[in-house]
This record gives sequence, structure tokens and C-alpha cells, in this order.
Amino acid sequence: MILEAKEIFKIYKGVNKELTVLDNINFQVTKGEILSIVGPSGSGKTTLLGLCAGLDNQSSGIIKLAGEPISQLTENEKAEIRNRKVGFIFQNFQLLPTLTALENVMIPMELQGRSIGARAKAIELLKRVGLGGRHDHYPSQLSGGEKQRVSLARAFSNDPEILFADEPTGNLDEESGLIVENLLFDLNREKQTTLVIVTHDLELANKTDRIIKLKGGKIVSDECIKTAANL
Amino acid sequence: MNWQLIVKTAIRDSRKDRSKLLLFMSSIILGVAALVAINSFNDNLVRDIETQSKSLLGADMTVGGNKPIPESLIASLDSLSSEQSSEVELFSMSYLPSKQKSQFVKLKGLTGKFPYYGNFLTEPTSAATSFKTGKYALVDDGMMLQYNLEVGDSIKLGEITFPIHGRLMSVFGNLDMGSSFAPSVYISGEQVSATKLIQPGSLVNYKNYYKVDMSTDLDEWKKERRQRFRNESIRVTTVEDQRENLQEAFSNLNNFLNIVALISLLLACIGVASSVLIYVKSKVQSIAILRCLGMKGAEAFMVYFLQIFVLGVLSVIVGIAIGSIIQIILPIVLKGFLPYEVNMTISSSAIIKGFLMGIISTTLFALGPLLSVRNITPLKTLRISDDPVKADPLRWLIYGLIILSISGFLYSLTGSLLNSGILTLGILAAFLILFGVAKLVTWCVRKYFPKNSSFVLRQGLSNLYRPNNQTQTLIVSIGLGTGILTLLFILQGLILGNVEDMGAGNQPNMIVFGIEADQNEEMESITKSFDMPVIQNVPVVTMELAAWQGKTKKEWMQDTTRTASRWAINREARVSYREEMSEDDELIEGTYTGVYNDGDSIMVSLDQRYADGLDVEMGDELIWNVQGAIIKTYVGSIRKINFRKMKSRFFILFPVGVLEAAPQFRILVSKSPNKQVTADFRNAVVKFMPNASVIDLGSILVTLNDIITKVSYVIKFMAGFSILIGLIVLISSLFLSKFQRIRESVLLRTLGASEKKIYRINAVEYTALGLLSALTGILLAVVGSYLLATFVFELDFNLSWWPILGIFVFIIALTVAIGLWNSRDVIKRSPLEVLRNV
Repeated sequence: MILEAKEIFKIYKGVNKELTVLDNINFQVTKGEILSIVGPSGSGKTTLLGLCAGLDNQSSGIIKLAGEPISQLTENEKAEIRNRKVGFIFQNFQLLPTLTALENVMIPMELQGRSIGARAKAIELLKRVGLGGRHDHYPSQLSGGEKQRVSLARAFSNDPEILFADEPTGNLDEESGLIVENLLFDLNREKQTTLVIVTHDLELANKTDRIIKLKGGKIVSDECIKTAANL
Repeated sequence: MNWQLIVKTAIRDSRKDRSKLLLFMSSIILGVAALVAINSFNDNLVRDIETQSKSLLGADMTVGGNKPIPESLIASLDSLSSEQSSEVELFSMSYLPSKQKSQFVKLKGLTGKFPYYGNFLTEPTSAATSFKTGKYALVDDGMMLQYNLEVGDSIKLGEITFPIHGRLMSVFGNLDMGSSFAPSVYISGEQVSATKLIQPGSLVNYKNYYKVDMSTDLDEWKKERRQRFRNESIRVTTVEDQRENLQEAFSNLNNFLNIVALISLLLACIGVASSVLIYVKSKVQSIAILRCLGMKGAEAFMVYFLQIFVLGVLSVIVGIAIGSIIQIILPIVLKGFLPYEVNMTISSSAIIKGFLMGIISTTLFALGPLLSVRNITPLKTLRISDDPVKADPLRWLIYGLIILSISGFLYSLTGSLLNSGILTLGILAAFLILFGVAKLVTWCVRKYFPKNSSFVLRQGLSNLYRPNNQTQTLIVSIGLGTGILTLLFILQGLILGNVEDMGAGNQPNMIVFGIEADQNEEMESITKSFDMPVIQNVPVVTMELAAWQGKTKKEWMQDTTRTASRWAINREARVSYREEMSEDDELIEGTYTGVYNDGDSIMVSLDQRYADGLDVEMGDELIWNVQGAIIKTYVGSIRKINFRKMKSRFFILFPVGVLEAAPQFRILVSKSPNKQVTADFRNAVVKFMPNASVIDLGSILVTLNDIITKVSYVIKFMAGFSILIGLIVLISSLFLSKFQRIRESVLLRTLGASEKKIYRINAVEYTALGLLSALTGILLAVVGSYLLATFVFELDFNLSWWPILGIFVFIIALTVAIGLWNSRDVIKRSPLEVLRNV
């Protein structure tokens, strides 16, 4: 089991009342599984992703990521796990604006202390996402689709056990979105990585092995499906 | 910690954003440059006073009095010194045969190799030593010019006529301006007796100059014999005394420069904190990404600390270089500034101090905002929010260290724990008051919000209390900046005013002595006929203290237990009487009695030093012998005389109605516009009143004025430096606000707000902020400058409100202008572009 969420609550305390964003969430993800979390806006998708990836702490419950109870770890231990076992893809790309495309891809490896081979691997990954000639370009010199491809390359650069993608095509036009989508699934298949996608794009969700539907902070359905993408 | 990555990331991350740290760097560069320049200047001044004191004195020690040095002391002095010279000084009339004119001169007969340090400045140069070889005279250059004398002409002193061997260009080693009333004429000491000017009863000053072995502690030697010198009425001056006099003369300049150094550093520190805060804000997203990718909080902190630290060190080095260059330029500016040559060199202690203070203050003030980097959550990658970054408890430690370092710096400037403590508390109080004002404003606007006013006003004012408002940050930073600038401005004005008060422009330069009472009217009309003002016209009555505190003068002199000084007891009192106390004097004790009414006791006013010398107190009885008549008086008030004013000053003042019938003469003080009028006036006075003496203070005042002009320049130059830093700090604080309002303005714009409306909303907010912070800052500055002027500089406090009003308007205008400039950035770009990037 790569990810396990048990009785998860996330409650925000307001001035007069509490707001329950996640209400008793339970699910498990096995290694290599491709999962999507869908639901309308405000259903708690992104909050759940943040908790699963160790970016935030739940109010109660246990989340185990790669066997580790992530909420019980210190900030530094969480950072270590994120760096070694987790990859991220964001809707708004989140590339470091002051780093070139190549440097952006290298940074997770460098954070692991892997200076030897990091450059070659980053070049290889950029080539793999079709940006072989754009190593030295800064994010501001890239289009949205290109930025997300750099982001993909970066996400796979540390050979993560699990990859979290938050609306990976949400900011892209159809054509760029399709390219990113295909690359994501292709790379995932190649690297045998577990993939958790948060999206409200049902077409994308339907390409995953399993769909968890959230509504009002609760899981309303959790179904396995067979798709062309994972055949 | 992965140091390799930290260094690499720090370099990469700063690559495109170094310009964002320009404000940070310029704050440090200017702050450190000012610190190094000011400290170097002070070090040079102190060092030169040290080395040049000897040259000013011309010897290691002088011993003098109005009688030859007693034999009993000569033996002790001989054992002390390897070399000595002697000087006899007396005032006498001289006669210029070629011009058939007489002139009152100060005649000095010199024997020996004096001066041992420094040289006489003469024309021709050789005359400096050759005048001692025979019957020759060195004559003051001013007198040579006045009478159109040439080297080779003659001057008759007593019974001997001396050929003039050279012009005396500077009165050597003499900083006591009061002694230069009459032009100096030097002859060889061996020739003095031949002039037959010294007769029994002549007023003669005897002075011996000693060159002493370096290892001798002269001050200790002097201290051991203090009582003996006092009893013999002998005056001993050592190099140390000379140095103290000089240092005192420049102490206000020194204090002011120290305050400028402190202000520069404080401003630089505020600049550092503001610019680092801006920088960190602009980096929040990058830090969140790095954290998300697995970078630890401490590592992320180190990435940015390293950037700031390295740029800080570089800026400190550049600042030191600029400060040192100023030291190279200063000698050109200050040429002739001081009454002796100052060798401006780069001071290593100033550089070390500048480096350490620069690094410490940069680090501490940058650490405040930088600490928040540790708490930037990776969650910000998923959700862009304006939630403030969680405060770090370590910040209290940093605040403590900042207070400690400010106190330490102040201690290094003042050398007093109490003063540094008081000043630190003052700075803290200013900070807290500004913080309190900001809180009060937020509360008041919310409480008394004008709900029915226009949209623009409501929107602009509500920005003052809404979440993420900038009221506190801006009121504190703009208020502190304005306060410090205004304080500097007020102090500079007060000090310049005080310095210029001493300048030749406002000082009388002519004193006429010995006017008979019946000549007074004629003297005044002569003065007025030359278009010269009568600045002072006072009566003088000479008298002697006959008895006090129940004992006669003779009894006091025989009393071995007396505490009164011999000089005060023996002094021939030159007394004046007047209805009002001079405005230049300061009443220390009692009430000044200006008019005597029959039947009252006669209350006199004494100078503080004279009262101390006699050891008398308020109400003590003083009996005077006024040329045969005995008058009983009481001490009615004690005054402090302002010796900087070039006017006649009286240790003893009587009320009007007592001395009118006593034999007396008058003194008239005036101001001549130029040398020619001075010469004509002098001739007119000599012609109509041969008994009166005219003393020209012109040459002294020219030197004084020159010094004052240059001192003013140094004050303005150094203050200008600080003002420049202040402006940078203000601008950086205002740029800080750019990030707060961008998204809001863009949203308003997207929703259809016109360009004009957005400008207006921002103008309302920034006007309110500028007005409140400038007002608070100025009020704090007025209180601060009053305290500093009164307790540190001991100056009369007065304010000219127009320039302060100017500062007030300028600060508001600057705040609004930069605020609008910030909005311009939003308005110029498309809303979508901005919305995507914020």
C-alpha cells in the first residue's frame, strides 16, 4: 500500500462556527495504481491532495504515505519524504521563475544530493517531453503547455513512488492538454509510478483505473474502471 | 544541510532578481559610507589634535605669570627640562617714524630656541629666526598693511628704534583670541631692557617655554604642584590642556557627527529591513515550490540568508570604499578649515568599526524578515493565498539582539552607559508610539467609518483596516524615516545657527577703550558718521574688593585655610552697571537687580567663575573700594557669561543708581564693514580722542569666519549623506506596499473601475498614510531634537516651522506619488496578465 487515508477530517475553525472541509475520508491506494479524485468546486479535492502529499495537516485521522504516518512527522521529515518518494504536477505549473528549464528539472535530484548524473538525466527527461532544445529557457520564455511539460519532467526526475497531479491540464488549451495528458500517462507507465490526479475533467478521470468522487467533503463513490489508457 | 545545493540555489535564484536588492544594497552602501567617513573624520580630528597640540603650544609646557618665575620654582623646572626659552610680554605704544604715527602694540621679547614644535610664519621666511640675532623686529602683518609699512622700515619701541626684519603672518601658537587685541611685535629678549619699557609697576607677563623629555608625565608633575602654582599666581599650560581646549572647541561638531552616524546607520537598517521584506514577499512562491520539492525550512532560509549576507558584505565593502574616498576628498574641502593642518588619512579603526557595524546591523535587520522563510508552507503551491506567514518565535531573540547592538553602538559613540540607555529607550519609544498610532488609526477608521461617503473615499479608507492592510508597516517605516530626517534637519539648523552666530557676519569687529564720560556723545557721533552701528556702549568703573564674608582682603590673604583663589582676590575689578542683564548672559541663580532705590541693599551680579573663584554664594556681603569710596553690596545673582560673543564682558555688574558719580570711562563696540573704514575710523578716533584706544578684531574674525564656513560645510555634507539614505529608505518602504494592493486593483479594474477611480482610491489611502505618518514622525522629531539640543548640545531650542511644513508636504507628496506609481504598474498591463501572475 503506497497511500492510506483513515478517518480523515479537516475542519477549519471560523469566528462563530466550524467548517468541515473533509468529513471522514477513508481510502487506500496500491502501488502502481492510477487514481483520480473528482468532484465539484469546494468538494475538498485539493485539500485532500494537500493532506495526502504532506503539504498540510488533517484535523484528525491517519494518512500513511509509503508506509509513513505523514502527519506525525516533522516538517523536515515530510520534506525528505516528498523529495524522495513524491512527485508533483500543479495546475499553475509552479516552476521556479529564476531557474532555467534544465535547472528546474534538476532541482529535485540536487535536493537528494545527486549532483552526478542529475544533469544528464534532466536533459534526457526534457528530450522525452519534447523540449530538447529549450534547456536554457526561463519559464517566462515558455508557453503554458511547455511549462507543464517541464513540470512533468521535473515530477519524474526523482523517480517518485507516487505522483500527485492537481488539475494538470486545467490551464491548457485542448491540444496542449492532450499532449501533456499523453505524456503523463506514458511516463507513468514507463516509470511504474502510482498516480493520483485531482480533476474535474471527467474525460481525464475516465482514463484512470479508479475514480473517487467527492461531494461536500465526503466520498460519495469509489469505483474501479477499465480504460484505454491503462490497457 | 545540503550546502552545495544551498549555495547553488542561492546563486541561481538571485541571478534574475539582483536588481530587486538594489534598494537593500544602496541602503547599506550609503549607511556604511557615512559611518566610515564620519568616524574617519573624527579619528583624524582627534589624532591631529593630539599631534598638533604640541605645535600650537610650541613647546611641551609653558609656565607664566605677571612676575618673573620665583627662584624656588626655577630649580624644579630646570631639573625637568632639557631646553627652555623665555618670553617677556607687555603692552606699549609704538611709534612709526616713517608714517609719524603711534600704535598700541603687544611687545614680545623672546630668548632661546622657541618654538620647539612648529615654526613662525614670516615673510621673508628667514626672518623667523634672524630677528633674534640683533636689534630687529617682526611686525604683525595686519599692522604692516594698515600703515602701509614695508620690511626695512622702522618701529620705535621705548627708547630704541628697530628696523622691521619681517612680517609676522600668523600669531604663533595662540588660540586665545582675547590676547590678540593689539598687534604683536616680536624682538629679541636681550633687547627688551634696552627699550626701558619695563619700569617698576609696569604690567608685564613673563612666560617660559619648556621642552621636556617624552618619558616625563607633565600632567602628574603639574598636579602635584597645583596648590603651589596657585599660591604663586603661576599659570602652567601643558600639551594636554591645549588638547582639551581644542577638543572642547569642536565637541559640538563631534556630537553632531556622532548623531549623523547613528542616524545614517539607523536609516540604513530600516532600509535593509524594508527591502528584505519586499524581497522575501516576492519569493514566497519560489520558496513554497522548493519546500514542496523537499527542501527543508532551514535550507530554504539559508538560501536566502546566503544571498542577503553575501550582497550585504559586498555592499559593506563598497560602502567602506566610498567612505574612504570621501576621506581623500575631504582634505581638499577642508583645506584651511582648522587653525592648523589636518592630515586626512584613511582610519583603519573607522574601517573596522564600519565593517563590523555594517555586517552586524545588516545581518540582524535582514534576519527579522528572513526568519519568516522558515515558515513558508509548501501548501502555497496549491493555494495562492495572502495569509500572512506565521510569525517565528525566534524573532524575539533577533529584536533583543537588535536593541543590544543599537545600545552597543550608542555606547561606542557616547562612552556613557546611561546616555546610551536613554537614547536606546528614546528610539524604542519612538517605534512604539508609531506602532500605537497605527493601531489607533486602524481602530478609529473602522469605528468612525464614513459609511455614506463616496465609493472612492470608502474604498480608500477601508484599505487602512482591511485584512492584509499596510497601515502598521507604512506608518512605522515612513514615520521613523520622516522623524529621523526632520530631527537631523532641525539639529543641523540649530547647530548651523549657533555656529553662524559666532561668524564674522554677525560679530562686532571693533572695540574702543578709554572714552571719557564727557566724550561719549562725540564718540557715538564719530562712529555713526562712518555708518557704523553702536552695538554696545557701556560704562566701566575700576574698583577693588576690600572685604567679604566679614574679613578684609588682607585677612583673607593671610588665612591659610581659605578656599578662594588668589587670582579672584587680587583681580582689579572692572565693573559696569546696567538696568537689564545682557541677553548673551545666562542667569544661573537669584534675580538680576537692575535699578538701585535709596534705602535698599545694593545687589550685584557676579559671573559664575568669579563667584567660584572667590568662593562666595548668594546673599554674601562684598565690600568694594571704589577709588577711595567704600561701597557695601550683596551677591544678588550669579550669571554665566557667553564668551563666544565678541563683546565686552563683565564679571561684576552693579545696578543703575550707584556708580554714576564714580570716576569712569566707557567702552564702545561697533562693526566696521571693511579694512579701509577700520583704518579711517582708527585715525579719526586717534585724532579727536588721543586717550582712547581702538582695537581691531577683524583679523581674528576673518579666521574665525573661515573656520565656521568650513564647519558648516562639513555639517551640511554629512547631513546630506544621511538625508539621501533617508529618502532611499522612504522610497523602499513605499515600494513595499506595491505587493499589497496589486490584486485588489486588478480585480477592480476587471470589474470595470476606471483608471481614474483606481488612482483616486489609492490616492486616498496613501494620502491618509502619508499624512498620519509624517505628522507623527515630525512631532517625534520635534520632541527628540528639543531633548538633544537641550541636554546634549546645550543650545537654545527654536524652530522655524516653514521648512518643517515643507518636509510635511514633501513626505505626503512622495507617499502619494510612489503609491500612484505602484498602481500605474497595474493599470499599464492587461488585467488577465496580472491576474495570471499574482
